[in-house]
Amino acid sequence: MNDKIYTIRKAKDIFLNILVYLATGIVCFILIGLAGYILYRGIDNISWELVSTKPSLINGTNGILPNILNTLYIIIMTLIIVLPLGAGAAIYLNEYAKNKKFVRIIELATETLAGIPSIIYGLVGMLVFVEFFSLGTSLLAGTFTLAVMTLPVIIRTTGESLKTVPDSYREGALALGAGKWHMIRTVVIPCVIDGIVTGCILSVGRIAGESAALFFTAGMANEILSIREALHAGSAGSSLTVALYMYAKERGQPDTAFAIAVILLVLIFIINMLAKLAAVKLKQKRS
Amino acid sequence: MEKIMKCLFMICGILTIVFVALITIFLVASGIPAIRTIGLSQFLSSTVWAPTASNPSYGILPFILSSVYGTCGALLLGVPTGILCAVFLSKMSPAKIGNIVRNVVDLLAGIPSVVYGLVGMIIIVPYVREVFNLPDGANLFSAIIVLAVMILPSVISVSETAIKAVPKEYEEASLALGATKTESIFKVVLPAAKSGIATAIVLGTGRAAGEAMAVMMVAGNVANMPKLFRSVRFLTTAVASEMSYSSGLQRQALFSIALVLFLFIMAVNIILNVVIKKGETK
Repeated sequence: MNDKIYTIRKAKDIFLNILVYLATGIVCFILIGLAGYILYRGIDNISWELVSTKPSLINGTNGILPNILNTLYIIIMTLIIVLPLGAGAAIYLNEYAKNKKFVRIIELATETLAGIPSIIYGLVGMLVFVEFFSLGTSLLAGTFTLAVMTLPVIIRTTGESLKTVPDSYREGALALGAGKWHMIRTVVIPCVIDGIVTGCILSVGRIAGESAALFFTAGMANEILSIREALHAGSAGSSLTVALYMYAKERGQPDTAFAIAVILLVLIFIINMLAKLAAVKLKQKRS
Repeated sequence: MEKIMKCLFMICGILTIVFVALITIFLVASGIPAIRTIGLSQFLSSTVWAPTASNPSYGILPFILSSVYGTCGALLLGVPTGILCAVFLSKMSPAKIGNIVRNVVDLLAGIPSVVYGLVGMIIIVPYVREVFNLPDGANLFSAIIVLAVMILPSVISVSETAIKAVPKEYEEASLALGATKTESIFKVVLPAAKSGIATAIVLGTGRAAGEAMAVMMVAGNVANMPKLFRSVRFLTTAVASEMSYSSGLQRQALFSIALVLFLFIMAVNIILNVVIKKGETK
């Protein structure tokens, strides 16, 4: 009798263990398969011509230089907007706010912003920035939309890093007669730079991978824009992700789409490595 | 200076509330008119979406059901896999392998949704068509598979955190009573990490229900009532696919769809908050 129970238990154990390893194997297989297939299909299609020209109907060639530039513009402009706002909000929550209820409301608002799907951001961005502020379908409208979308990321990472600054630092500065802003500027902010940098890295990943929010706000144009033109209302431009979608779905040119996918994959890989590195640095400093 | 800076920081903080309020107001204001014209019950319960027909009909039940089925299907596939993988990461893996798998999960989380859509479109859709002998492989089933993969990273990382937060004594006590390691994990540790795992599931729900581009590329994008092997349109893709060329009542109806989606996501968020709170008080 006991033997039987023992065998059943043992069998169950083995079965569950197999399931656990199987699930892990599946997860790893998905990434390897995905990355491998994208590289296999895409790497041959990346050429100097592709990354250095714009699409030409006359020559019948595809070029993604405009999309690369647009992605860069959007990343930089979004960071410029969202960094001060996000860091400021985090500083307010951690350093200034005393009313617990108010803090809770802001935190709730931040969580809500983080949970809203990007297609809704795209839609509201279109209503607010493209139409209400009449920026037109433009990189600017896309940038503002993404700034709102990435705000929670910056607030969270900066906030977490603010919490690791020991109170004794603050008290020391205040005891020496520094004002609160002076204390924050000279003592707190230098301590949280790495947190802010982590936030930036994560945001870049989020922005580079975003498509639904840019679809209706930044448009689908494929013209090369100078920095000055990019800042104009009404100058539309598609990012790499939107271009990937257009090539894959609307134009039926999966080869170019896979080439873009390779670029995005490499970018995401680099960003992940940088984020890991920043996290390690952060840990070293804390200990 | 002190006062100015304090005000500036406060404005930054308040901006988050302003943004949430603005999004809500704009969505409600642009979503209500169409619902008024069409009628709420007609809008939510009619099964026909034909805005450009001579006798236009605006029923979004197909979209709602597709979204619900698609999300449930993705959860059904993604959550068990994710939890099992989290068990591996937190309890069974040697440190080195665990780190590799964690990197894998992080990379999966970073891959843009259009890339998932692209691979789904080129690999999964033709494969589904051949295996199940269908005229078109772009259907609910393909969408469920792609969504299941897309929710995996968040399910894994949140469940892993939850499992790691369970006090070691629970497992040790169970081991001391003669249970095997596997039994302890599945019968003691996992139940104790219940609320964290629930958070993972709710988070996955939000991600799956809110995904637009990947679904657009693999689900076929036809306004059918959902069936596993039928081309369908989700709430998200209904908005995305017609927005660029619609006008008049059709356009307004799209905003109403977005409002429905928004309310759904808000409900998910509220559930998430309640679950987290419950976990904290326990």
